[in-house]
Amino acid sequence: MEFGLSEEQRLLQASVSGFLEKASELDVVRKIAEGDQSARDVLQEGIDSLGLAGVMIPEDFGGLGMTLLDAALVEEMLGRYVTPQGFLSNQMAVAGLLASGTQEQKETWLPKIAEGSVQFGIGIAEQTGAREGAGLDEKDGKLTGRALFVTEADKASQFIVADRSGRLHLVIGDAGGLSRKKLSTIDVTRSVGELVFDSVAAEALLTENVAGAAAQKMLAVGRVLQAADTLGAAQRMIEKAVAYSLERKQFNRVIGSFQAVKHMCAEMAAELEPCRSLMWFAAHAYDAEPDQVALMAAHAKSHVAEVGKFVARTATEVHGGIGFTDVLGLHFWFKRIGLNRQMFGSPETARQDAARLQGWV
Amino acid sequence: MDLSLTPEYEAFRQEVVRFIEDYRDQAPRGYPSKAWQKILIEHGYAARTIPRDYGGYGAEPDVLKSRIIAEEFTKAGLPGGLSNQGISMFVPTLLELGSEEQKKQWIEPTLKGDIVWCQGYSEPNSGSDLASLQTKAVVDGDDFVINGQKIWTSTAYEADMMFCLVRTEPDAPKHKGISYLLFSMDTPGIEVRPLKTMTGAASFNEVFFTDVRVPTTQIVGQRGEGWFVANATLKYERGMLGDPNQAGTRLNAIIKMMKEETMGGEKLMDNPLYRDRLVKLQSRVLAMQYHGLRLVTHQIKGEDPGLARLIVKLMGCELNHDLAGFAIDILGELGVLYHGSSYLRDNGMWQHRYMFDLGLIIGGGTAQIQKNIISERGLGMPREPKPATV
Ligand SMILES: Cc1cc2nc3c(=O)[nH]c(=O)nc-3n(C[C@H](O)[C@H](O)[C@H](O)COP(=O)(O)OP(=O)(O)OC[C@H]3O[C@@H](n4cnc5c(N)ncnc54)[C@H](O)[C@@H]3O)c2cc1C
Repeated sequence: MEFGLSEEQRLLQASVSGFLEKASELDVVRKIAEGDQSARDVLQEGIDSLGLAGVMIPEDFGGLGMTLLDAALVEEMLGRYVTPQGFLSNQMAVAGLLASGTQEQKETWLPKIAEGSVQFGIGIAEQTGAREGAGLDEKDGKLTGRALFVTEADKASQFIVADRSGRLHLVIGDAGGLSRKKLSTIDVTRSVGELVFDSVAAEALLTENVAGAAAQKMLAVGRVLQAADTLGAAQRMIEKAVAYSLERKQFNRVIGSFQAVKHMCAEMAAELEPCRSLMWFAAHAYDAEPDQVALMAAHAKSHVAEVGKFVARTATEVHGGIGFTDVLGLHFWFKRIGLNRQMFGSPETARQDAARLQGWV
Repeated sequence: MDLSLTPEYEAFRQEVVRFIEDYRDQAPRGYPSKAWQKILIEHGYAARTIPRDYGGYGAEPDVLKSRIIAEEFTKAGLPGGLSNQGISMFVPTLLELGSEEQKKQWIEPTLKGDIVWCQGYSEPNSGSDLASLQTKAVVDGDDFVINGQKIWTSTAYEADMMFCLVRTEPDAPKHKGISYLLFSMDTPGIEVRPLKTMTGAASFNEVFFTDVRVPTTQIVGQRGEGWFVANATLKYERGMLGDPNQAGTRLNAIIKMMKEETMGGEKLMDNPLYRDRLVKLQSRVLAMQYHGLRLVTHQIKGEDPGLARLIVKLMGCELNHDLAGFAIDILGELGVLYHGSSYLRDNGMWQHRYMFDLGLIIGGGTAQIQKNIISERGLGMPREPKPATV
């Protein structure tokens, strides 16, 4: 019995962190957020050179053959450095392809993901509660309708989208009849948008036995990675709050010496530490206990979202007025955590899923 | 306890309802406007109890009438009067502590929205420990000459005037050396630099003073009494920030949204989880609204409500923030959209408020400072001892 990261996993995380600390420092993130394409390219090339895009892809398909936990450790660092990145969407695509792609589909796409030559966008928001009547219908290999809150909608070269029945389809980014639009959100480090389909050619991912099962698998992976992202961002906010509390003086003493401030920091840390363990287990379940993963992912998603919300708010409070400004850029983390909370089902939705998965509904 | 509506009050309610019917077309959508403020003052729905001599409506304070107005406006979804730092904080301070001349000069144009004030309190090294402020004013002839810097000054960029705390008696103990000055933002030597906040708006500013000359007559209270005057303003600020009627208006907007909005084909109001959270928030709003009535009653009787008043800023700001957070939660993915996006609900108000209200939990005395005040002044507990080492 051992519940913890392996030496390799610690090294993996340290190397990603070591790279992002410089490559994704706040100034770079700000530039990318303002639309600086060359800054984005430089960061992307650097990330590609780490060779992590294929972390979850089996070696047969050109990947590293590692686990979701490894991918989650990477995502945690992307959250920590509020890195603008399509890693999460690509990992969801990997999960979808592995769950219900044909051998040929896997052979076509997985090596491309592994070598970093494609960016997938994911459109499964309608699986957790459609808004605005959005949804896709498939007829004779063509998709019609709308998909909302699609990740990487403006940047992706391909998409995996779910239709109303939950079946997954592969769609080429520049397919005829497909129009794509970015939606502006609070979090400028991520890209979310809308796809409108007018009889668009699509290739179904059809080897799954039950319609929707592969989409659920993707959803679980998305939720685990999202929890990891929030974990990384929240951890950084706590560190920033503690560091600030040791610098800032009021009433002739550092504010970190006030019990009120210490307790805010201690509560954040105490809330977040178990989240790390929960996220680890949820990720581990994907590879080791697959019938647990949907449930654990729902727990990780909802619980880490709640704690993340508390940390985002409390760390801002520790900073006082400056935390509310753009000066230190603390809001980039605040908003990253905010977006994670809302996507792939709100905490209530994920908890409903957890209850349903246990046969309580 | 007497909340019975005598015929006089029933008639008053009818009067308010009639006003709303007659004027609702002229009400601005969203934020209050100057034109709307004028109409409201004329009819006694803004500046209601401020004497006519100073540009108010001049009514006797009456809890029930205030409540009827608030209820009918909330029900109709109409905006109330202008609320800004001048109207809600500075005007009541002047009424309490200003000279007759100052009241005549400043209250009316402020109420009308013709003069916008900003609050020059916080400095880079003096936030929670406001009394340590260092911006100094030295008398030279008939003027104070001000040098120093303020920070986090809301709306300083748009403001016409500032009420400002400066140190005039450098040798006095820190609370006794402060004065409360009034001056135009156009005075030579003032430089305003906008600061962007987390909402994306540049509603904050840094204000720099270099040899700014202000006549010595433009002081509220005496030299060295500024801390006392500032605390009057802070009292009104905290009342404004915790305003339960604002919470009521927001709650109504959320109820409407839950009746209209759907998720996966289901009405949000049909979702028992969201409904339970809604009703919990409603309980809190009602508790704060009735609490507000209790405070107004104390105020009319000239009593100090003590603890009951000290909790308003903490609880009211928290409630407003929670209402915005709830609205975002029930909007799901729609709750992450922001400025200019398609499908944005209520013009992004909830997303904006969720961030701005966190600012208000910090501004006007942080939540932690409020808790210190509640425990020390409200519950008689001792101050935190100084640390052994800093
Ligand atoms: C939205 C907004 C609007 C504002 N508008 C104005 C304005 O118009 N004019 C103006 O002058 N100022 C304004 N302010 C500034 C505001 O008054 C200060 O931010 C606030 O008083 C806190 O001071 P600070 O930012 O220096 O934080 P600090 O005082 O440095 O506080 C940092 C942290 O330490 C904690 N802390 C400090 N002292 C203690 C203590 N004794 N015990 C326990 N905890 C403590 C605080 O609670 C906080 O968590 C505004 C601020 C905001 C956010």
